[in-house]
Amino acid sequence: MGHMIRNEPSLSLHIPQPKCRPGDRVDFSTLDLPAAGEARRPDVDTHPDEMHDMAYGLIRVLDDEGRAVGPWDPKLDGQTLRKGLRNMLLTRIFDDRMYRAQRQGKTSFYMKCTGEEAISCAQSLVLHHDDMCFPTYRQQGMLISRGYPIVDMMNQIYNNARDPLKGHQLPILYSARDYGFFTISGNLGTQFPQAVGWAMASAYKGDSRIASAYIGDGSTATMDFHHALTFAAVYRAPVLLNIVNNQWAISSFQGIAGGEATTFAARAIGYGLPALRVDGNDFLAVHAATEWAAERARSNRGATVIEFYTYRVAGHSTSDDPSKYRPADEAEKWPLGDPIERLKQHLIVRGEWSQEDHQALEAELDAEVRAAAKEAESIGTLGKSMPSPKAIFEHVFKEPDWRHIRQRQEAGI
Amino acid sequence: MATMTMIQALNSAMDVMMERDPNVLVMGEDVGYFGGVFRVTEGLQKKYGLTRCFDTPIAEGGIVATAIGMGAYGIRPVVEIQFADYIFPAYDQLVSEAARIRYRSGGEFWCPITVRSPYGGGIFGGQTHSQSPEAIFAHVSGLKTVIPSNPYDAKGLLIASIEDDDPVIFLEPKRLYNGPFNGHHEEAVVPWSQHPMSEVPEDHYVVPLGKAKIVREGGDVTVLAYGTMVHVALAAVAESGIDGEVIDLRTIVPVDIEAIVASVKKTGRCVIVHEATRTAGFGAELSALVQENCFYHLEAPIERVTGYDTPYPHAFEWEYFVGPARVIAALERVMED
Ligand SMILES: Cc1ncc(C[n+]2csc(CCOP(=O)(O)OP(=O)(O)O)c2C)c(N)n1
Ligand SMILES: [Mg+2]
Repeated sequence: MGHMIRNEPSLSLHIPQPKCRPGDRVDFSTLDLPAAGEARRPDVDTHPDEMHDMAYGLIRVLDDEGRAVGPWDPKLDGQTLRKGLRNMLLTRIFDDRMYRAQRQGKTSFYMKCTGEEAISCAQSLVLHHDDMCFPTYRQQGMLISRGYPIVDMMNQIYNNARDPLKGHQLPILYSARDYGFFTISGNLGTQFPQAVGWAMASAYKGDSRIASAYIGDGSTATMDFHHALTFAAVYRAPVLLNIVNNQWAISSFQGIAGGEATTFAARAIGYGLPALRVDGNDFLAVHAATEWAAERARSNRGATVIEFYTYRVAGHSTSDDPSKYRPADEAEKWPLGDPIERLKQHLIVRGEWSQEDHQALEAELDAEVRAAAKEAESIGTLGKSMPSPKAIFEHVFKEPDWRHIRQRQEAGI
Repeated sequence: MATMTMIQALNSAMDVMMERDPNVLVMGEDVGYFGGVFRVTEGLQKKYGLTRCFDTPIAEGGIVATAIGMGAYGIRPVVEIQFADYIFPAYDQLVSEAARIRYRSGGEFWCPITVRSPYGGGIFGGQTHSQSPEAIFAHVSGLKTVIPSNPYDAKGLLIASIEDDDPVIFLEPKRLYNGPFNGHHEEAVVPWSQHPMSEVPEDHYVVPLGKAKIVREGGDVTVLAYGTMVHVALAAVAESGIDGEVIDLRTIVPVDIEAIVASVKKTGRCVIVHEATRTAGFGAELSALVQENCFYHLEAPIERVTGYDTPYPHAFEWEYFVGPARVIAALERVMED
């Protein structure tokens, strides 16, 4: 190949880099964070073309003093908010306990959702019980909010004799059909277009159920993400397409998924879908945005893409050490605070909660988790108690074929 | 010579090649600053700069597709797919594109890419961190498939793969990253430093693709294995008292037909061992090759010891993982005839 000699600058390859690495001073000062109450609230029937600005702003309701301000205030009563607070706190205490259980060798693997609790806990208050969620591994708050027994979550984590998934699945990759919680896949992104298909089926049947799908910032790079947006737009599927932008995908900052160039919410624009960009650590904002999108879906106006802007406080999983790739105090410095603290403060400001109430609730939930752990551990932790090994050969198909029968016999099971 | 784990040997292979050839670059999820979730690319970004070892978006199809484009330009990309269980979004790019670009362009374009990926069980990884998908690559004409079983071979084979002008799927048995493993999970973990194949030259050398290695000579039965199963087969032979000849295939495409045929003609018996599910696994191909080439020398039916035809069940790691006991039973069965 003969190269022509031209008088042009030489090209260079751009590799995105996060602002801070271990040892650097954390600096979030360049984040563009609009004030609480600033974002407008378009009508639910707004044409997607008339709300492009929503993909670049940030819906925030709770201000720095803990007051609810602006047009997105969902005006929830104290009881509902206390329920949300309870679910978030339960999720966090559950996470802490199971994280420690993994460290103690009681199971092989665990993933926390610390800092992201508002997203699943507020959404589950809006969605109906028969709507279907297509979660990632970080929506345990949804299962907890929907009243799934935490002892069964633990039985799954321990793969013990009472594991509802019969030892087939890695810890935390739950499945709970009766709770509107689709089986979690280890393969990123796959659930996103599946949710669209589920929603298309509901529309096809003339039902009123909607679907809600979740995906991480990193996983918006998967082809499945694009399949989901394409099909949702084409068929106007009644689905919420939630992007949980927690800034990190294992060690890769969101710039590696394309977050340097534009917002994740703005992906919707090219598909002709409406987008909302929301403070994911603001329980009220999450609730309000979800209500907006759910109402839109239920009234046959189709899908909404919602970017929840948040921060992954914990390591990616128990196999990860985030101090290797980001400053240790980055989480602490996250400018949008902690979702539990913020809702607590709001309730206190409203005069519907106190420090003492909070401590009492913490103690109560701690005892609840402790009791569940005791029950699950009395059945057994990983390897100490097991579902029947027959389960190895079950549920490959509805009925086993000759190979499964023969192989089971050969295995002496 | 240095003592290396498989992780260090693989890292050294990329280091050597990046040093020698400015067209070699490394990319994949989390491989840059962090050095990969198994730390195989550790230090490469620091040593060679941002553009020679960098993170990619989570899009395996995109990773392989861009590697193909780079390869067409003259670059030799070495890409990491974080787990072989996540390679399937790239399957179209590998099967329809990488494997055929040379053929369909009459040799005008080619695809000198290496796709590294940890695979296999034995680490309590559940369904999506334990699979052995080698057969679905072996089935595709136009892809080479390499599987090392120790640090020395890992480095030499990876260098050979990077230098190869055709696409190579390079599957790394992740259970062997930090030490040999013979399936006796109840025993203490053994580090590579106690194994002779951890003696690895620090500079360039090649273990040629397509050449198997007899890792134990024997006269009674040929045992064909690769990856972690080489160590399981060796343990099984030792414990059974049967004089097995264990062959580490090292490359399954192209497979070393001469080594296989010579051994089976000598022993008259053959046991094939792999972790992957049985149906249409690579053992089926090996079994057919042995039957076609050695039929009149066979004194017993060929045996396959494989994973069961189910997904990999997390709780039943050791019920599912092919260990020495199942291999010994197969050795005993072929010796009965
Ligand atoms: C298809 C696929 N590729 C790679 C992986 C490995 N992996 C698991 S989680 C993860 C990061 C995901 O990041 P993000 O989508 O931002 O979700 P988060 O963990 O932050 O919630 C990666 C790369 C996978 N599970 N599936
Ligand atoms: Mg993320």
